[in-house]
Amino acid sequence: MENLVEIRDLRVEATTDAGRRIEIIKGIDLDVAPGEIVALIGESGSGKTTIALTIMGYARPGCRITSGSVTVAGKDMVTLSERQRAHVRGLEVSYVPQSAAAAFNPSKRIIDQVVEVTRIHRLMPIAQAREKAISLFRALSLPNPEEIGNRYPHQVSGGQLQRLAAAMALISDPKLVIFDEPTTALDVTTQIEVLRAFKAVMKKSGIAGVYVSHDLAVVAQIADRIVVLRGGDVQEVGNTADILSDAKHPYTRELLSAFEPKSRGESVVVAAREHAPLLKVNGLIAGYGPVQADGLPLVKAVQEASLSLQRGRNLGIIGESGCGKSTLARSIAGILPASAGQLTLDGRELARSARHRSREQLRELQIVFQHADTSLNPAKTIEEILGRPLKFYHGMKGKVRDARIDALLDMVRLPKTLRSRTPAELSGGQKQRVNFARALAAEPKLIVCDEITSALDTVVAAAVIDLLKEMQRELSLSYIFISHDLSVVEAICDEIVVMYNGRKVEEITPAISKVPQHPYSKLLFSSVPKLDPGWLDRLERDPELVKTYVHG
Amino acid sequence: MTSSTTLPRRVSYRFSWVGMIGFAVILFWAMIALLAPHITPYPVGEIIDEDYFGPMSSKLLLGSDYLGRDMLSRIIMGARYTVGISLAAVCLACFSGAALGMAAAVIGGWFDTLLSRLLDALNSIPSKLSGLVVAAAVGSSLPVLILMLAVIYTPGAYRFARSLAVNVNTMDYITVARTRGEGIPYVVFSEILPNITGPLLADFGIRFVFVVLLLSGLSFLGLGVQPPYADWGALVHENIGGLPFGAPAVIVPSLAIASLTISVNLLIDNLPKKIRDRST
Amino acid sequence: MRTYVLGLITNRLGSSALTLLIVSFAVFFATAMLPGDTATILLGQAATPEAVAGLRAAMHLDEPALLRFGRWLIGLLQGDLGISYVNNVPVADLIGARFVNTMRLAGIVTLFAVPLSLTLGITAAMFRGSVYDRIVTIMTIGIISVPEFMIATSAVLLFSVYLKWLPALSFASDVTSFWQVMRIYAMPVITLTFVVSAQMIRMTRAAVIDTINTPYVEAAILKGASRWRAVLLHALPNAVGPIANAIALALSYLVGGVIIVETIFNYPGVAKLMVDGVSTRDLPLIQSCAIIFCVGYLSLITFADIVAILANPRVR
Repeated sequence: MENLVEIRDLRVEATTDAGRRIEIIKGIDLDVAPGEIVALIGESGSGKTTIALTIMGYARPGCRITSGSVTVAGKDMVTLSERQRAHVRGLEVSYVPQSAAAAFNPSKRIIDQVVEVTRIHRLMPIAQAREKAISLFRALSLPNPEEIGNRYPHQVSGGQLQRLAAAMALISDPKLVIFDEPTTALDVTTQIEVLRAFKAVMKKSGIAGVYVSHDLAVVAQIADRIVVLRGGDVQEVGNTADILSDAKHPYTRELLSAFEPKSRGESVVVAAREHAPLLKVNGLIAGYGPVQADGLPLVKAVQEASLSLQRGRNLGIIGESGCGKSTLARSIAGILPASAGQLTLDGRELARSARHRSREQLRELQIVFQHADTSLNPAKTIEEILGRPLKFYHGMKGKVRDARIDALLDMVRLPKTLRSRTPAELSGGQKQRVNFARALAAEPKLIVCDEITSALDTVVAAAVIDLLKEMQRELSLSYIFISHDLSVVEAICDEIVVMYNGRKVEEITPAISKVPQHPYSKLLFSSVPKLDPGWLDRLERDPELVKTYVHG
Repeated sequence: MTSSTTLPRRVSYRFSWVGMIGFAVILFWAMIALLAPHITPYPVGEIIDEDYFGPMSSKLLLGSDYLGRDMLSRIIMGARYTVGISLAAVCLACFSGAALGMAAAVIGGWFDTLLSRLLDALNSIPSKLSGLVVAAAVGSSLPVLILMLAVIYTPGAYRFARSLAVNVNTMDYITVARTRGEGIPYVVFSEILPNITGPLLADFGIRFVFVVLLLSGLSFLGLGVQPPYADWGALVHENIGGLPFGAPAVIVPSLAIASLTISVNLLIDNLPKKIRDRST
Repeated sequence: MRTYVLGLITNRLGSSALTLLIVSFAVFFATAMLPGDTATILLGQAATPEAVAGLRAAMHLDEPALLRFGRWLIGLLQGDLGISYVNNVPVADLIGARFVNTMRLAGIVTLFAVPLSLTLGITAAMFRGSVYDRIVTIMTIGIISVPEFMIATSAVLLFSVYLKWLPALSFASDVTSFWQVMRIYAMPVITLTFVVSAQMIRMTRAAVIDTINTPYVEAAILKGASRWRAVLLHALPNAVGPIANAIALALSYLVGGVIIVETIFNYPGVAKLMVDGVSTRDLPLIQSCAIIFCVGYLSLITFADIVAILANPRVR
């Protein structure tokens, strides 16, 4: 059978800020058969989105297709005129973007945008298009299909918008739909619903798909074939089952190994129970907005959270976006002073605001943020960044400080040659290590890690987690680890707190029992995709539970 | 794993020829302004041509003015007033604006609200109008002119510096510095300032153009630099009677202003880019 | 939802009123508090101390400044602009007819400048980086960089001195035919249109480029929409607020331009009156003119902000 898409020796060039041209797609070949779903897997910078967009004859501003051919249903998109390409876009190939929230025009009603494709290509009368849109809404199991189209994009949730974007792509009965990380921005419990809806519609209509993602487990549920990309080159191509069970390429294996469940390993201190806890949080309430009559803020992001952490042990806090986990971290660090509750660090009471804590207390409790890009001052060198806490807390100067900076870089496995660099000259993983080294420079007792691996690619993130464990063994540190990613938390934490809607719903000690009891925890834990291709089809969820806890 | 490999370090500057031309013209006028009294071909106030609004000639390269004085000499001295007054005013305005703006962004609270409210209100008085009002009330001696121009452009400089500083202030590294226990001076000068110096310098250039234009405009109305001194705007004002004859005495000072302001704009739009290219 | 929008608008109006209060305070104090005793100025250096004291009392100059400000402000609100120092006529009478002249000039300029600038600004943004865009950009930067009087003198040189199409520097008061009106208004209108359009084109272009560089415009192109459709139907509706702001800000350059243009073309408007008032130090006249211009400017900006509020679907 003839392929629907045939990409041959495709090369794409990008112009850097400096005006230099670099090749970002280095001569790749790719086929998609009719009705087949092919996944493009890779980390940031692998060129997966760039390749997907060339199928529509589109290159983002600054990029240019330099050579090769992209044949879609017999037409080479590279050599077509802009007008001819426009005739293929939306009609034969359509696109579901990563962030539907950004890709929907905020000033137009959803239904008008969904049926716009049929107007551009003059496919059917408007009334018929609307009816078709509504039937698609129904097929994608959107609530209230008759009415939802009359809303504006900001009036529906992220998970619904993502499905509406799919309806927009499907209304013209295209031969191929490109999904560009369509579930990455969603919470795991929402992701399931969206994935299921996509899968059902694609299977039923027999439309071919190109599914771009960084998440192997998600791709495993929906793709027939997987293409592994790295640095603009194809590393490996194979059927989904083969790739998952029998990967040939070392890079693919590296990707797969990041999914292997890692246990916390030996717990450092078990006999520490009788000691007073390192950190104790009691009835903490924190939030935003004007203070009400009862002395509490209008929006309470954290409601009466209590936790306790023993020295040398780690506490994980997990939950989905908006559950209050980051607010809790910021309150513990004193960045957002709590409105009520007590904080005790190593037996001494902590002031709610960092401004009122002593320098010694500030030193003992450090916080590391998610985005190393915004956590490191771009105008400073690594040496200055690491040198400041050494001088500030320990009064180190001259050679002593220099030696200590070298030691810190060594600790986080960075070469000394990076000392005189600025953060912009480092890779993402290197920046996060510097970010962590700065917290170590203070010689703290407790480090609060706020989603520190979320912005990193899987393989890099796994290495950072290993580093954290190693530091803990050597320096008898404790971590509070905030994340939405269950596997990351399980890999490093002795205790796991599950938060929902500002409240702590459950505390789990994996060493004793890995099975959550609270219904929300159960739902959350069961929603994390597994590498098994049949996982999504077998997954059963209680509709009542989903209705109660999933708002996507 | 990338942590063991170091990315190649490339630092280079890219110059654009348009920017270079702009820079050359600015340098030219700066030299003229500095050396003015030593390079005028004739004394500025002396009548040397019996004809007024004389044409360009080998003796008088830019012709003569409405009294028969040498235009070239007057343009050269005019550079001193236009460039000197504007530079002094813009330095005052940008320094105080930037200092207040950064302080407001970091301190926040009522200090920020009050200052922003007040300066934004002052910013909503059209600049020429403020110039007229002050000229009417206190006249236009050189110190008054400098101070007035500085005050008129301080709110704009404040607003710009504040918006830059507010953006930087939301960055996590500021939060890190604050939770480390750092004080406000350290945060402003060590964490914020190094990140906004580039845009602040560009703003300085743009504001310099504004000041030159306002000063020229006021002088053109006869309300700016007063005789016996004359900046370029005042030269146009003096010689406006030559307009119906197309005399060089009205055209040349205008061209001088345009060459300076356009050059500054070209330079700002084409500043040499510091390139730190990570990609290989 | 509706009450929320009303709240936003009320808020905006209140903030404008507060700004106006601060502005009038600044104008009053700049003119009344700075050195130079008004009574001495009016009577001349030779006046007797008694005469000066008498006049001071009559003009309430001996009262505390804040009280005088309040008195002046209340007068202003009642339409009492004070008495001109120079010719002892109510300022309102001096301004009356000239205000209409200035408004007419501003109106004609707006009529030309807005459609011209929107067309050029939007098309330049659409074809960003093209030769057409570069020409438009270079011309606008050129015009923005030079003083207004240079545009005016260039226009005179071109149309009166070399081409001899239009009268140069005079404003005839006995206008009889339509063509005469055209000839008289031509030069001031051409000059001001240039000044205002340059600003407006630049700001409109920037506003439209911001909305073109959004994922939803990319999404429209990936639906197969032509560039025109993507810009006109998807980018522009979201650029209404920013464009309204650009127009208002650019029109505020009318204030600066009008001061130069009325002076250079001897046009009998409020700005010319004010410039003349400055040379005679006629403070009540200057204060009133300044307030008129500030009110004009603030109303424009406020109006644009309200348009932006109403155009935003998130609050609608």
